[in-house]
Amino acid sequence: MAAEPDVLVIGGGNAALCAALMAREAGATVLLLESAPHSWRGGNSMHVRNLRCMHDAPQDVLVDAYPEEEYWQDLLKVTGGLTDERLARLVIRHSSRCRPWMRRHGVHFQPPLSGALHVARTNAFFMGGGKALVNAYYRSADELGVAVRYDTPVQSLELKDGRFVAAVTERGERIAAKACVLACGGFESNLEWQREAWGRNERGEWPAENFLIRGTRFNQGVLLKFMLDAGADAIGDPTQAHCVAIDARAPLYDGGICTRIDCVSLGVVVNREAQRFYDEGEDFWPKRYAIWGRLVAQQPGQTAWSIIDRKAVGRFMPPVFPGTRAESLEELAQKIGLDIATFTATLNAYNAACRPGTFDHTVLDNCRTEGLTPPKTHWAQPIDAPPFFAYPLKPGITFTYLGMKTDESAAVRFAGVPSANLFAAGEMMAGNVLGKGYTAGVGMSIGTAFGRIAGVNAAASAGFHHPEFKEELAYAAAH
Amino acid sequence: MPPLTETVEAAACTTTPDLTSLLGKDEQEIARVMQICNACRYCEGFCAVFPAMTRRLEFTAADTHYLANLCHNCGACLYACQYAPPHEFAVNVPQAMAKVRGRTYQHYAWPSTFGRLYERQGLTIALALAGGLALFLALAAAMAGGLTDKPLAGNFYAIFPHNLLVVMFGAVFVFAVAAFVVGVVRFWRDISPARDAAPPGATELAKARGPAAVEAVTDIARLRYLGGGHGEGCNEDDDRFTQSRRWFHQLTMYGFLLCFAATSVATLYHYLLAYEAPYPWFSLPVMLGTVGGVGLLIGPAGLLWLNLHRGAERGDAAQRPMDRGFIALLFVVSLTGLALLALRDTRFMALWLAVHLGTVMALFLTLPYGKFAHAVFRTAALFKYALEKRLPNRIAVGSD
Repeated sequence: MAAEPDVLVIGGGNAALCAALMAREAGATVLLLESAPHSWRGGNSMHVRNLRCMHDAPQDVLVDAYPEEEYWQDLLKVTGGLTDERLARLVIRHSSRCRPWMRRHGVHFQPPLSGALHVARTNAFFMGGGKALVNAYYRSADELGVAVRYDTPVQSLELKDGRFVAAVTERGERIAAKACVLACGGFESNLEWQREAWGRNERGEWPAENFLIRGTRFNQGVLLKFMLDAGADAIGDPTQAHCVAIDARAPLYDGGICTRIDCVSLGVVVNREAQRFYDEGEDFWPKRYAIWGRLVAQQPGQTAWSIIDRKAVGRFMPPVFPGTRAESLEELAQKIGLDIATFTATLNAYNAACRPGTFDHTVLDNCRTEGLTPPKTHWAQPIDAPPFFAYPLKPGITFTYLGMKTDESAAVRFAGVPSANLFAAGEMMAGNVLGKGYTAGVGMSIGTAFGRIAGVNAAASAGFHHPEFKEELAYAAAH
Repeated sequence: MPPLTETVEAAACTTTPDLTSLLGKDEQEIARVMQICNACRYCEGFCAVFPAMTRRLEFTAADTHYLANLCHNCGACLYACQYAPPHEFAVNVPQAMAKVRGRTYQHYAWPSTFGRLYERQGLTIALALAGGLALFLALAAAMAGGLTDKPLAGNFYAIFPHNLLVVMFGAVFVFAVAAFVVGVVRFWRDISPARDAAPPGATELAKARGPAAVEAVTDIARLRYLGGGHGEGCNEDDDRFTQSRRWFHQLTMYGFLLCFAATSVATLYHYLLAYEAPYPWFSLPVMLGTVGGVGLLIGPAGLLWLNLHRGAERGDAAQRPMDRGFIALLFVVSLTGLALLALRDTRFMALWLAVHLGTVMALFLTLPYGKFAHAVFRTAALFKYALEKRLPNRIAVGSD
């Protein structure tokens, strides 16, 4: 593209693509800059698998209903109130009407995957997962004439009185545009920043040194840092993130979905000192998986082991790496390098505390411990049937919540004043809705809603009005 | 190569969970990749491979051959894969499956020494073609006294007696069928003891057989798994979906079947109605053969074009001679057949008849030792899948 584009989109994941497609649909010329090469395009969106959707009645792949209020309550619960209700409800309502548009751009939905039936009601799965979605959006963008440049990280922006003027790439190229959408992710891939954000704990450790990044290596937070330094209003705590406990053997980046360990609620979890530290059976695993990353991050060495016995095999999603296997608890402790005496004492105490009950993993059953601290309140069965298995855990960061404060327009704000032509979407502003915690598929709901809004508003600020989005937005914004 | 059955038994007896060490290199790669896919499952909607995978936690040699033959190499899972190269997990399901498929054909070839022919497909097809052509040209020269003749009004039997052709092609055809029956029965026995469920009750299995057969046949007739799961087609050299391979394969498959039907109808005419060739242009055998022949020209031409343009990462490069040789042979059979039809009233009939019969003989001779095997083993795998999914699943991952 020789001429200056109307809308410059910086980023190449779901939110960026939604913005680019909407701005192009509105008639604007669009240039999208993706920092990654083609083979790694899509940021964290290449690892996603579904969209959390509000619906009042069954909708193709979604069963029953998931009304606005229930969605809101779920979000309220996981964030502990650290959310902006107006923006959250906007996202929720938008999620009920965005899928026809997604389909038009080539996204296919499918019923929930085996092993994920628990979200059949709340989440619409992408056939082939996030990379298939990203591919579809790039194809559609290509067909609509959106210009895309890969391998083009942006270093800084040229701003004037709260307005976007131009972007400057890492290679020093200056790209001016009438409006800009920033959708290039959080800072999760920036290990140095993570280390600094988490600081040093009371044991003298730098916890973030032991973190793994579940997603892309390209979210270095360069523009996020630039914007915060430039005075953009910030939102969120830099240590808050979507953080789950994953297999400690996962690669540093891009381990994605397959590195999660789903057997926590079927056994016990011990730390490096061979001690349990949290109720493994507090609630259904899909409602608890997002707190375990942080729990493990608080343990010495930021590591832990999920311990199960034969009874659990075949009851959870098979992990990508085989567990350490042993015929006795002593052997298991020895193999994973924990103190044998403490480990067996912990396990024996747990086994002795298990009260008889009727095991049923599909309900909050009555198998629980008595007189044990911390207790295991459901699905507590003695770990006594060899072979035993241990899976090592580490915190896996999916994305960080520190971002830029926005309102319903997705405009970046400087001292409370929204920019006329600079917008943010995706992880860069998800912290407005997600102050902490996570619930499956909500990241895509936020990225899709604010990606589309940012694209429409960026196009509008350049003089192009989207013909169809008004009604959808009015519905989403009406409270 | 150790016999597959032994490997499976060894796997069943072992107490270690790591079965991969018992598998060959290519089977090991499937086991490795499936371990990753089973923990991800994003591709479950694309085809039968992934649902079949989720019924297993470990992958024996038999499992890998079963999954490999379920795979149609549509490519959807490669372009959608977050773990595909350059990711360090280097997951390339279509390629892993293609490599083991090649081993399936070789391993289950009968007689087993003929399995070697898969290693030299270019040579095999060339030799079969040369042999077939030489045979019929020589026969024509000997029996008709030359390769050109006075116009015989399309009477083939004036050149080659009917009974001679029946004996020659009948024998080769029966042999090919026998070779496939032996191979597929062994394949079926190996994959049948999939350890995913308690042995199903006899009634359960009997109840499942009928509907499973109907489903398998329907899926083949529609080439469902070249539809990409959403029906928009499969991938060729990028993440775009296209129906081209599906349509070209349909033309090839139905073209082949129509030609086969033409021969069958002619045989019935001959023996039941004592109505002998040559048949007029608008007779049933000639019309079936003509329509089929046209399909068998366009289809293979299209498939060859697609095959030549498909990226190397999309399959087993070592099998290209097999794929392309088979496609080319089908094309030549059809071309010579249609040419024969056009020239049957001229003095070149003898020449063209010999050429056509020579190519058909080459096709028949190589049926059990070439790409045609994919039809047999894929049918068996699809039937197995349709059967298996109607039986209870021991693994309760999904219900928790």
